[in-house]
Parts: sequence; structure tokens; C-alpha cells
Amino acid sequence: MSDIKLVDAPAGIEGAGFFATAADKVLGLARANSLWPLPFATSCCGIEFMATAASHYDIARFGAERMSFSPRQADLLMVMGTISKKMGPVLRQVYIQMAEPRWVLSMGACASSGGIFDTYSVLQGIDEIIPVDVYIPGCPPRPEAVLDGFMLIQELVKSETLRRRNEPKYQKLLASYGIQ
Amino acid sequence: MGKIANEDVLAKISAKFADTVTVVGEPFGLPTLETGREQIIDVLGFLKNDPVLQFIYLTDITAIHYPEQEKQIGVIYHLHSLVNNLRIRIKVFLVDGDTNIPTATDLWNGANWMERETYDFFGVIFTGHPDLRRILNVDDMTAYPMRKEFPLEDPNRVDKKDYFFGR
Repeated sequence: MSDIKLVDAPAGIEGAGFFATAADKVLGLARANSLWPLPFATSCCGIEFMATAASHYDIARFGAERMSFSPRQADLLMVMGTISKKMGPVLRQVYIQMAEPRWVLSMGACASSGGIFDTYSVLQGIDEIIPVDVYIPGCPPRPEAVLDGFMLIQELVKSETLRRRNEPKYQKLLASYGIQ
Repeated sequence: MGKIANEDVLAKISAKFADTVTVVGEPFGLPTLETGREQIIDVLGFLKNDPVLQFIYLTDITAIHYPEQEKQIGVIYHLHSLVNNLRIRIKVFLVDGDTNIPTATDLWNGANWMERETYDFFGVIFTGHPDLRRILNVDDMTAYPMRKEFPLEDPNRVDKKDYFFGR
């Protein structure tokens, strides 16, 4: 027998030949287990992410096998490394090009706060220009921490309502960043 | 050691430019001159085109900021004579607020990049430069970050405040 663990079905009403549950739970389950990340790797955190994606830690176990290098097809923007102020507009453009639903993961001290680079040329945290869902602390974080951060994103995705972008709270958040 | 002694180089320069160029010193065997912006291009052109000296290679143009001096901004030229294996350094000090200096792009095309960088970080205006705009920093930056009055750390940053560390 195989010991592959499958995700449990969401709670619902089951009967002979039918299973009824909420659509957003099913969609959340599907989205959470097939997230396509866009690795925006600029420095050493990117190297750590490569280890996470390689066979030893294998982020593919969580359904993130397919790295998307086009923002149009990506669900999750993984920002890993120092973002200089000159790179800021590029990162923002990549975020704007992503289709809804979209999530952002900020990996490491530099992406989250500027890290040791408290200087004129470095953006002091990517949350100055785009909204962030999960921050991973560390300099750089170990692959286990990256997987933990990714699993937190999965939990967010599962509990997301079907049309997050129509919510006033979400629209207000984006408006505070001047997006849309 | 170079083919020409440093003393001979300095003698040639003082014979040509007399008292408009002063010798500051020779730290680590690097002759250092100081001059004004009126004759800097003449000095550089002489050093480059002299058939004996042949300082044909412009190693770097940079600047320095001494807030305590009357002439705060110093523009520094490093030249290298590849033929004679000699280096020389020329400094020009400018008053803050009037940091205009003629461009060296007519002598070396390589000065284009260096002068843009020096403008970017110190606000030195090289008159006659074909395209003097920022090169490394973001275009909409208003300050000159290598000047001493520019804060070393980002004032907007909150996670390094003392109360996070019980201080």
C-alpha cells in the first residue's frame, strides 16, 4: 500500500452518490495545493530558496512544483533578497501584472525590513510598495522556514473567500498602496 | 618604479603651470596636486598630451566632502601613465553651492560615466558634460547621498528603534 497522504475533503454533506460543500472551500483547497510561485530572487535568500525547491526539501510536495517566471500565470510572489530602491518599481510592476487571486511572501530580513542594508539605496521592506501576506524571518531563513512560510500561505489560501478582490477591505488595502 | 622619477614629473608641471598648481604631498609614492577649476582641464590635457609624461589613462574621477572646510567639495582625478608606470592625483576644491567644474569628457570619453556618478553622489556639476543626469541612484532622488549631511540610516525605518531592544 502506498503511504501517500492526500488532503482531506472539506466538511460537507455526503450521501449516496453526492457530496455537497461550499464552492469557496473546494476552490481554496485546489488553489492551496497547486500554487504557482514566482521566485523574485535577488540575493542569498534566492540560493536558500533553490535548496528549498531542490529534491532534499522539495517544495513540489506542497504543489508548488511549477515555478512561474511570468507574473501573468503566477499565484504567489515570493520576494527573496535585497530590493534596492531602483528595483522597487520593477517589483511593483510584477505585482500589478499578476492576476487575482495573488499572494505575496516576503522572505528574509532584507525583503521584510531592509535588513542590514539601512542605507540610501535599499528599500526598507517591500511592504512600502506592495502588500505582503507572510513574512519569513532569518538572514537567510533555512529551507524549513521557507516551507513553514509557504504552508502559512496555504492556510491563507484555503480560508480565502471566493472573490477576495471584491471585498471593500481588500480594495481599501490596495488603494492604500495606490494600486488600481 | 616608473621610468621617470616623481620629482621630474612635478618639475615639468611646475615649470608649465608655476603657482596655479600646488603640490600637496606624496603619500605612498603617489604625487598629489591641488589646483583650481580654471586650469584643471589645461592641467589634465597637458598631462595627457605631453609626449614624455603620457598620462593617457583616466583611472577615476570622484569627490569628497569635508564639511569643516571653507571649500567643502573636493573633486579628485586619478591619472595613470601606462607607458611610464606612474600614477598621479589631482584635487580641485569647490565651495558648496557653486560646485561647477568643466567637464573632462573632451579629453577622455570614459569621464562621461565617472562624472555622472560624481554628480549623482556629490552634486558636482560638470559644465559641458553631454548628458549630466543620475546614473546609479533612482531618477527621482533629490539628495546627494555621499555628502556628510545626508543621514547614514533611513529615518523612516522603525524596527531599529531603541524600545524594541529595551534601551
